[in-house]
Amino acid sequence: MSSNTYDYLDGNAAAGELSTLFAMDITAAEGQCAHCGAKRRFAEAHLYMRGPGVVARCAVCENVLFRLVNVRERVFLDVRGMTYLSIDTSHVRTSSDSALA
Amino acid sequence: MGIISRGFSGRRTPTDIKLPPGQYLTTDFPVLSAGPTPHVPLEKWEFVIDDGKNVLQRWDWKSFRNLPSETFTVDLHCVTRWSMLSTSWEGVSLDTLLADTKADASYTLVRSYGDYTTNLPLKDLLNKQAWIAFRYDGQDLPPEHGGPARLLVPHLYLWKSAKWVRGMTLMNEDKPGFWEGLGYHIYGDPWREQRYSGDR
Amino acid sequence: MWRVGTVVALHDETATARTITLEVRDWPGHVAGQHVDVRLTAPDGYSAVRSYSIASPPNSEGLVKITVERLPNGEVSPYLTQEVIVGDRLELRGPIGGWFVWRSQQTEPVQLVAGGSGIVPLMAMIRSRSSVGSKAPFRLLYSVREPGAVYYRDELEALSAQDCSLVVTYAYTRAAPKNWPRAPGRIDAAMIAGTAWPANLASTCYICGPTPFVESVAELLTASGNDRDNIRTERFGPTGDRK
Repeated sequence: MSSNTYDYLDGNAAAGELSTLFAMDITAAEGQCAHCGAKRRFAEAHLYMRGPGVVARCAVCENVLFRLVNVRERVFLDVRGMTYLSIDTSHVRTSSDSALA
Repeated sequence: MGIISRGFSGRRTPTDIKLPPGQYLTTDFPVLSAGPTPHVPLEKWEFVIDDGKNVLQRWDWKSFRNLPSETFTVDLHCVTRWSMLSTSWEGVSLDTLLADTKADASYTLVRSYGDYTTNLPLKDLLNKQAWIAFRYDGQDLPPEHGGPARLLVPHLYLWKSAKWVRGMTLMNEDKPGFWEGLGYHIYGDPWREQRYSGDR
Repeated sequence: MWRVGTVVALHDETATARTITLEVRDWPGHVAGQHVDVRLTAPDGYSAVRSYSIASPPNSEGLVKITVERLPNGEVSPYLTQEVIVGDRLELRGPIGGWFVWRSQQTEPVQLVAGGSGIVPLMAMIRSRSSVGSKAPFRLLYSVREPGAVYYRDELEALSAQDCSLVVTYAYTRAAPKNWPRAPGRIDAAMIAGTAWPANLASTCYICGPTPFVESVAELLTASGNDRDNIRTERFGPTGDRK
């Protein structure tokens, strides 16, 4: 009972929203799905953004990885769907080409 | 607030139409979702009322469609701010579905195919306030709008009208569902603009 | 954090797409492939935010170009493609993204596959490569509905003419130019086999376009032997209300 309606985007689409919470780029972060154990880059997660909140789902099993809701000046975040999120902090968030790769 | 963008007006509602606070009028039916559209074969579909321990009532598609149904026209108000007026549906009233259920419970958690849930006081489903709808605008309810069947509770924000409904669990306490647990209002009355938890 | 950009130039790419050049005074710089979020605010405080890929390569003038396709029932794209004039100010957040990027230090072969407006971030990569004189071998497979929908055609032609390590192939899905050797149709395994880098070269692949396009092409590239870890994707789609 799964969908091929392709009504999702990917982690890149949520990165702007998440930039208000995370100082580091989140799209290159590696996450593990708490349900099926799949390890993927956050950029590859299926993002459902046309609703009362943002829902990121595992590209393999479609279980919820995380959810985000904006309530006026507050953000509610539920990350129970990820066993971990692993973010490379070895360089400053790269915004110019002359920075380290 | 951001800088004003010259000449940008966003959405506009004719001023003679009365909508709940903060809503704008739309004439197309937007599709919003929190996950992939489930595709439920009718021969597998069922609607189950339980109390958390025991199944109280169960219908398959055939027995569900044999129940008396009615057509009705209602206004829809989504918490994402769009409203659509005079939408026409056909469905089975929750009064019919709950007629033989001895319910001490005051609350219910409505469950959908997929992982969506939403909670309501049981009395908000009774007295001609709610239906399990299977036809919209003269056609079978399409999957992207919740088909084969969805809950419709038009007096509350539309996130309470669970798409792809599969049953409900009767509860003694009000337990938050998918959105209610993450900042949305536990009840959700659009006329009192109860969008978020903490709104009066 | 939101910055303000001033519109300094407008250029129509097609009948329905327009490139807006913004000058952003305190722009921190960007890498090819990144995007910005643009926020429009109405006088009553209502605001709408949409994401657009940056089309301009990294530069030191604080210039950010976005190419916007006008969607028929869009809320924001008709405003950006028809209402905005030089001198207007737009709010942006960014640059955003660190995975779907090409950095000029990369030397390996690169396979770009664009579906419709998915060409925008890939064009930033091509322009970036050109601006630093990189010799990294690039192949672009650019899928559009019909010839009038191609963005940046003259520039792609000029760049590939003067540099044989940049190869551009068009795939037309609905209507092809007269005498086109291939009937209109979607990218398939044969097209990948005929135009993409052989899998054993371990090229880095960037696929951008609508979700169904990206899924289909990613599947074709892995089926032809490319490692999933070498394939980077960016899915485009409307983020306003879907009707």
